Amino acid sequence: MGKYPAEFLKIKMPLIELIDISKSYDGETVLDEFNLKIKENEFITLLGPSGCGKTTTLRILGGFVTPDTGKVIYQGKDITNLAPNKRPLNTVFQKYALFPNMNIAENIAFGLKISGKSKEYIDDKIKYALKLVNLNGYEKRSVDSLSGGQQQRIAIARAIVNEPKVLLLDEPLGALDLKLRQEMQYELIRLKKELGITFLYVTHDQEEALTMSDKVVVMNQGYIQQMGTPEQIYNEPENAFVADFIGDSNIIDGVMMEDRVVKICNHIFPCIDEGFGRNKPVDVVIRPEDIIIGKPGEGTIDGVVTSNVFIGVHYEMCIQAGGFEWLAQNTTSYPVGTHVSMRVVPDNIQIMNKPQSEDEEAMALDE
Amino acid sequence: MKKTFKGLYLALIVFFLYLPIFTLMVLSFNEGKTMNAWVGFSLKWYEEMFNNRQIMEALGNTFTIAFWSATIATIVGTIACIGINAMGEKKKSIIMGLNNIPLLNADIVIGISLMLTFLMFGISLNYGTVLFSHITFCLPYVILSVMPKFKQLQNLTYEAALDLGATPVYAFFKVVLPDIMPGIISGFLLAFTMSVDDFVITHFTRGAGINTISTLIYSQVKVGIRPTLYALSTVIFVIVLVVLIAINIMSNKKKEKNI
Ligand SMILES: Nc1ncnc2c1ncn2[C@@H]1O[C@H](COP(=O)(O)OP(=O)(O)O)[C@@H](O)[C@H]1O
Ligand SMILES: [Mg+2]
Repeated sequence: MGKYPAEFLKIKMPLIELIDISKSYDGETVLDEFNLKIKENEFITLLGPSGCGKTTTLRILGGFVTPDTGKVIYQGKDITNLAPNKRPLNTVFQKYALFPNMNIAENIAFGLKISGKSKEYIDDKIKYALKLVNLNGYEKRSVDSLSGGQQQRIAIARAIVNEPKVLLLDEPLGALDLKLRQEMQYELIRLKKELGITFLYVTHDQEEALTMSDKVVVMNQGYIQQMGTPEQIYNEPENAFVADFIGDSNIIDGVMMEDRVVKICNHIFPCIDEGFGRNKPVDVVIRPEDIIIGKPGEGTIDGVVTSNVFIGVHYEMCIQAGGFEWLAQNTTSYPVGTHVSMRVVPDNIQIMNKPQSEDEEAMALDE
Repeated sequence: MKKTFKGLYLALIVFFLYLPIFTLMVLSFNEGKTMNAWVGFSLKWYEEMFNNRQIMEALGNTFTIAFWSATIATIVGTIACIGINAMGEKKKSIIMGLNNIPLLNADIVIGISLMLTFLMFGISLNYGTVLFSHITFCLPYVILSVMPKFKQLQNLTYEAALDLGATPVYAFFKVVLPDIMPGIISGFLLAFTMSVDDFVITHFTRGAGINTISTLIYSQVKVGIRPTLYALSTVIFVIVLVVLIAINIMSNKKKEKNI
């Protein structure tokens, strides 16, 4: 220990650690032995369907919910039972929660006044924060007179002026329309870079999670399903839930014949996965954009196009082949009824163990 | 045609609503003592009213009891709402159910049971017992008008304040209280009017010595009403009217300011 400089140890130590957190409401388990490490300056996203326990996780971090078991560690200190107002983190709430009886400047100044900052400091900070969120000159406006997107940005400004070590954001863009949401995504990434603080972001929108985060934590029913970079989550989903939740994908029953050979719909596909054993039933994930469409007989499996929709950059087609409806995307359109062939580059075939039961699925992932 | 009918209908309703009060006001300026003949204009009943110690005392009692019972009920009720709000859904609905029963209960039942309770504990009936009774029956009204504000609040702003470093007490006064203020004010006004209005409960819980306006009028009905009481009723009606108009103007101004 002694021979490492203090700086080095600080970097190694996670900023926040959730250890074995469990929480249930009325006998219903919301979080089950939840473990998470958050490093300093990381943009980490909790991603999962509605009701999977994301908000509960944030509320435990914020101090609004006490976990049944487990610990919250902040910079090595146990803060599990610390009051919310004593915690060095700020939250941007799902519903903004601006103070309607105060104007915008008073809203932003709220935390600064409590920490006893001087008037000049507070005024400076308000100006700075409003500029940061592109709402210059909004000091005297009332909360009601702002649109949803503007209120959202004020909520962010109100949180960041306190210079928290960690900013918790609970679906902050959930109520905004698509265009504004995309704008705000860039805005948030820019803010994060400018401020250099740790972001813990919560969303049920997989696209949002993948574009913004350094690290994505996919959750379902209180369990972590997979943790990794957006690329890892997208390209190498560890189970059917993740594969299904992240983007469109074909999840097909397959049999691992031997290393690097998988049988799907009675056709042999070369792949790159090893160590599953012989004749082992597996789940196979193939992304629609990875399916290469050709003339009949040219690929691994032949089929017929059963539907074709233009969805922007490319066409999304369903192809009936080998008793399975394959979802494929291509910039070339193949009209309904066309006979085609499909093949997939071995790299793009993702093999996953079949879960025996839900519990087992969750257990296997927890390790 | 439709329009004139509408206007006529409205005029008729207003006429029947205000005719009795108007009659009373006119009679209060009547020189004579009878109810059915106009003798001449006079302010003598007003003079008599202001010189009548009994009436002045009753007037004082009515408004001090209303003010203090409404104030105390509002404070106690608001604090109760904080507690109820923190309960689980099930407990909350039970408590709110218990709160609603006295609202539906007949005044006479409340009055008699309060009187019996005071007597059982050997408390002699006086100003204090009336005040206490009024606090008791005003409390549910306060809770009923403050509680919905807490529901609207959903603790969102309170938690946001804590998150920004506020202590629970600071957060309550800075964030929660301003938000629930409309509920508190309407609760206070409701309690105040219920208290001024009350006759039955006061009747059973007042001692021999003290009177409010309603009990005074009731006791005088038995010996024959003097037009002094018309004057008194007129004064009260005008005061209430002025207060209502003032409140309306104030709340309108506030709304404009918010826009
Ligand atoms: N205070 C509470 N009382 C009872 N159940 C709750 C409470 N808070 C959350 N839950 C339940 O916990 C589950 C997870 O909720 P939440 O963490 O809000 O999910 P998410 O934010 O991922 O949508 C939900 O089923 C929800 O009904
Ligand atoms: Mg949520």
